[in-house]
Amino acid sequence: MTSDPTSAGPLLELHGITKAFPGVLANDRVDLELRAGEVHALLGENGAGKSTLISILSGMYRPDAGEIRFQGREVEIDSPRAAIELGIGTVYQHLTLVPTLSVLENLMLGSHGGTGRLDLASANDRFAELARLLGVDFASGARAGALALGQQQQVEIMKALWRQGSRVLILDEPTSMLTPQGYEELRRELEHLKDGGLAVVLITHKLHEAIELGDRVTVLRAGRKVGSLAPDDLRGRSESELSARIVEMMFGEQAAELADAVEVEAAPAARESPRRELGAVALRVRDLALDADDGVVGLSGVGLEVRAGEIVGIAGVDGNGQRELAELIAGQRRPRRGEVLLFDEDVTRLGVREREARGLRYVTDDRLGEGTVGDLDVAMNAVLKRIGRAPFWRGGTERREEIDRFAEGLVDRFDVRTPSVQTRIATLSGGNVQKLLLAREFAGEPRAVVFNKPTHGLDVRTAEFVREQIREAAGAGLAALVISTEIEELVDLCDRIAVMSRGEVTGEVENSPGVEERIGALMVARAGAGVPAGSAS
Amino acid sequence: MRARVVAIGKSTLIAVVPIVLALVVMGILLAALGRDPFTFYADMFQRGLFEWQGFQESIIRSAPLLLIAAGLIVAFRASLWNLGGDGQFLLGAALTAGLAPSLLDALGVWPMLLITMAIAMLVGGAWTIIPAVLRGRYGVNEIITTLMMSFIGIGVANVLVKGPFRTDVGGVARTDVVPFDERFPLLFGTRIHLGFVIGLIAILAVHVLMTRTSLGLRMRILGASPRAALHAGLNPLRLTVIAFVLSGALIGLSGSVEILGVQGSFRADFNPAYGLLVIPLVFLARLNAIGSLALVIVFSVIQIGGESAAREADVTSDVLLVLVGLMLLFMAVVEYLRVRRGLGMAFVPPEVADRLRPPGGEGGGGAQAGEPRPALGAEKAGSR
Repeated sequence: MTSDPTSAGPLLELHGITKAFPGVLANDRVDLELRAGEVHALLGENGAGKSTLISILSGMYRPDAGEIRFQGREVEIDSPRAAIELGIGTVYQHLTLVPTLSVLENLMLGSHGGTGRLDLASANDRFAELARLLGVDFASGARAGALALGQQQQVEIMKALWRQGSRVLILDEPTSMLTPQGYEELRRELEHLKDGGLAVVLITHKLHEAIELGDRVTVLRAGRKVGSLAPDDLRGRSESELSARIVEMMFGEQAAELADAVEVEAAPAARESPRRELGAVALRVRDLALDADDGVVGLSGVGLEVRAGEIVGIAGVDGNGQRELAELIAGQRRPRRGEVLLFDEDVTRLGVREREARGLRYVTDDRLGEGTVGDLDVAMNAVLKRIGRAPFWRGGTERREEIDRFAEGLVDRFDVRTPSVQTRIATLSGGNVQKLLLAREFAGEPRAVVFNKPTHGLDVRTAEFVREQIREAAGAGLAALVISTEIEELVDLCDRIAVMSRGEVTGEVENSPGVEERIGALMVARAGAGVPAGSAS
Repeated sequence: MRARVVAIGKSTLIAVVPIVLALVVMGILLAALGRDPFTFYADMFQRGLFEWQGFQESIIRSAPLLLIAAGLIVAFRASLWNLGGDGQFLLGAALTAGLAPSLLDALGVWPMLLITMAIAMLVGGAWTIIPAVLRGRYGVNEIITTLMMSFIGIGVANVLVKGPFRTDVGGVARTDVVPFDERFPLLFGTRIHLGFVIGLIAILAVHVLMTRTSLGLRMRILGASPRAALHAGLNPLRLTVIAFVLSGALIGLSGSVEILGVQGSFRADFNPAYGLLVIPLVFLARLNAIGSLALVIVFSVIQIGGESAAREADVTSDVLLVLVGLMLLFMAVVEYLRVRRGLGMAFVPPEVADRLRPPGGEGGGGAQAGEPRPALGAEKAGSR
C-alpha cells in the first residue's frame, strides 16, 4: 500500500474503453481514474455499462479499444488472474461464501497455495490485519452462514483484499442488502479502507449513495461517461444541489419531468403519501406459521390486514421470511397453522390457480427462476398463468394470434423493450422482464396483489413508473402488499408498514415523517441470536 | 423466418456431425482390424437402406423404437427421467403375447389386436405410477425408482411367461405363437406391418402435443422450472403423473407392437433392451420428436445393415455397439463445444469471436434490448 495516498498520481487510469456486444455498445470511450485513498462512485441506470466496465477492470472481459494504465504504466488485464496480480479485488453483488465453512476457511478458499498445505498461522495473521483495516470484529472461526448479512459482506471484502498488496477494491452495489445500520457500518469501513490507501470503486444506481460515499463521482449513461464530479465539486455543496447536477447528467433535457422520481432517492421522507379511500379488508392473514427447512425461513404467528385501496409495506432485511409469507399468501406453500382470507373467504386450502381466479396475485421477486420460463418467448410468458384458458387456448390447442395480441397489448402498455413478443424472454434485461411480470399481474381484475421487491434492480425511471402503477391501482381499489428491502421506497409508497424479522412481524407503524428510524430498529428487533449487523464494531 | 431456418440448420448440423465423426473413427478401427471400411459401410447402407428387403427390415425395426422415443420425449421434456423403459416394454410384450392366443380364439383378430394393445398401454402406464407419485409428492429421485421398477417388470414378465402364459409345447419356455396371418396386417404388399404406422402416428402426435397444446406446454414448463410451474398455478403432482403414465403407456405399446408385428411369441428372457438404446437417440435429437424420427430410422438402418455387413466382413456385430457408442461420445463432445463457444466467447479475441458467431448473432442482433446481457451463458453456469 502506498505511503502517501493523496499526493500520488492516479493509481489506475482507463482511457477510451470501448466494448461492444452484439447489438449493444456497452462501453463507448469511457475514461475512469482511480486514486489511492479515494472512493470513486460509478453511477448509472441499469444498462448504463457499469457492470461491463468493472468486468473489464476485473479481467472478465477484454475491451475492444482503449488502454488501461496502472501507476502510469500500460497494462493488459486479460484474465481475472491478471487483475488479482495487479491487486484488484472485486466484491460482487451476490454473496459467494460457503455458509457451512468458517470465515477463515472461506477466505483461504480464494488463495491457491503452492503446496496445498494450509498455513493457518499466517492466514490468521492476515485475517487480523484485515479486520483491523476494516475495523470489524468477529472471530475467524465463526461459521460464515451464521453471520449477519452485513458481516458476510465484510468477509467478502476481506476475501477481495486477501492477497497481500491489494490496491483496488471494486464493490458492486454493496448496499443492496444492508439495513440502515449496515449502511452506516459500510461507510465507516470505507473510511478505514481509504486511510489504508486503497482505491475503491463503488457501483451504485442510487444517487444519494454516490454523493454520500463517493469522493469522486462518474456518471454513465447508455455506455458513455456523461459527466463526473471531482472532490472539489463535491465538497461544500448541499446534497440537493449535487443531486440536481447529477440528474442533469443522467437524463439531460428530461431532467425536469424526472424531478418527481428523484425525490424518492434524494429526500425520501419529504413525500407525504396521499390518503386514499379505504374499503373492506381484502386480504387478511392470521397466525400463520411455517416450519423452517433447508433454505426455508420458518414463520410464527404472522398476522396482517390489507384493505381495498390500501398499500401496506413489509420492511425487513432480505431473508427474514418475507418470501415465505408471500408464497403462503399466493398458495405456493401450505402453512403449518393459520389462515389466509380473501374478502373474508378462507382460501387457505385453495391452490394457486383458485386463488388467482379470485383476484389474488403474486409478483415474485425471482423474475428469472420463478416468474418466467427463460426458454419460452415473451408472449408465452405473458400468458403463463392462463395456460389452457380461452381465448388463448381452445380445445387444448394454442391460438397463437390471440396470445401474441394479448402479449403485444401488455408490452405496449408497460413499455417493455423487446424486439418482438416472439423473443426469448431470457434475452431481455431484468427491468424489462419485471415490467412484463407486472403487466401480466395487473391484467384482468386483480383485487389483492403481493408485490415482492417490485422495483429491485430497476433504474430510477422504471422504478418510479412501477410505483406509480401500484399507486394508481390502489387508487382504483386494489389491496397492495409491498415487500421491499428499501425503506425509502416503502415510506414513499405505503400507508402502513409492517416489519419482519426472523419470521415474525416485529411491529407495524403508520407511515409518518421520521418513521425510518423506528423501522430500522424493528428490523433488528428480535434478531437476537447473532450480532446485529449494525453493532459489530 | 430466416432465424428459424438458421436454427433448424444449426440443430441438424449438430446432430449430423457426431454421426460423420463416428463413421470416420469407426472406419479407422475397422482398417486396423484389417477390414476395408469402405466395403463395410457400403455393405451397411446397401443392406440397410438401398436394398428393398433390407430397407423394409429397417423400417420394421424402427416401429417399436419410434414408440419408445415418443414415450421418452414426453417424460424427458418434463425433466422426468423415465429409465424404466425396458420393464415397461417387456411387460407390454409379455401380456400381449400371453393373452393374444386366447383372445384370438374368443374374439377374432381385430378385437385381439386392439385389446392387447390397450392392455400393454395400461400396464406400461401403471408401471410408472409408483415412481411418478414418489417423485411428484415426495421428490424421490425417479432415476432410481424407475430403474428398480424396471427390474421388477422384467422379472414379472419372465415369471408370467415361464408360468401362466407358458405354452404346452416343449423346449424353451415361451408363449403360444400367434399365427403370422393373424398378427398386424402388412402394408400394401410389403413386409412392413401396421406397427410402423402406429409408431409414426405416435411420434407425430407427441410432436403436436409438446409444441401446440396446453398440456404439452405445462409439461415443458414443469421440466424447465418446477418453481415457475408452481408459481403459474400448475399442479406438479398431477403433471408428473400424466407425463409418466403417458410415457409408460407408449413404451408398453411398443412391446405389444414388437410381439404383434415381429415376434409373434414371447420367449423367456427375451430382452432387446430397446429402452436404453433409444435414450441417447432422443437426446441426440435434443428431445425433438421429428428429429428423433429421423435418427431412429438412421439407427435402424445401421443396426439392420450393420448386422449383415458385420457377417460379411467376418467381424462380430459388437462393432455396431462401438459405432453407436462413438456417436454418443461425439455427440457429447459437440454439445460441449457448442455450449463452451457461447460461454467462452469473452475469452477469445473479438475478431475470432465474430467469426465464430453464427450469422445474425446468438441473440438475433437486436435481441438484447436495453441492458446488455453478454454473460447469459455464464450466468446459467452459476458463476454469479
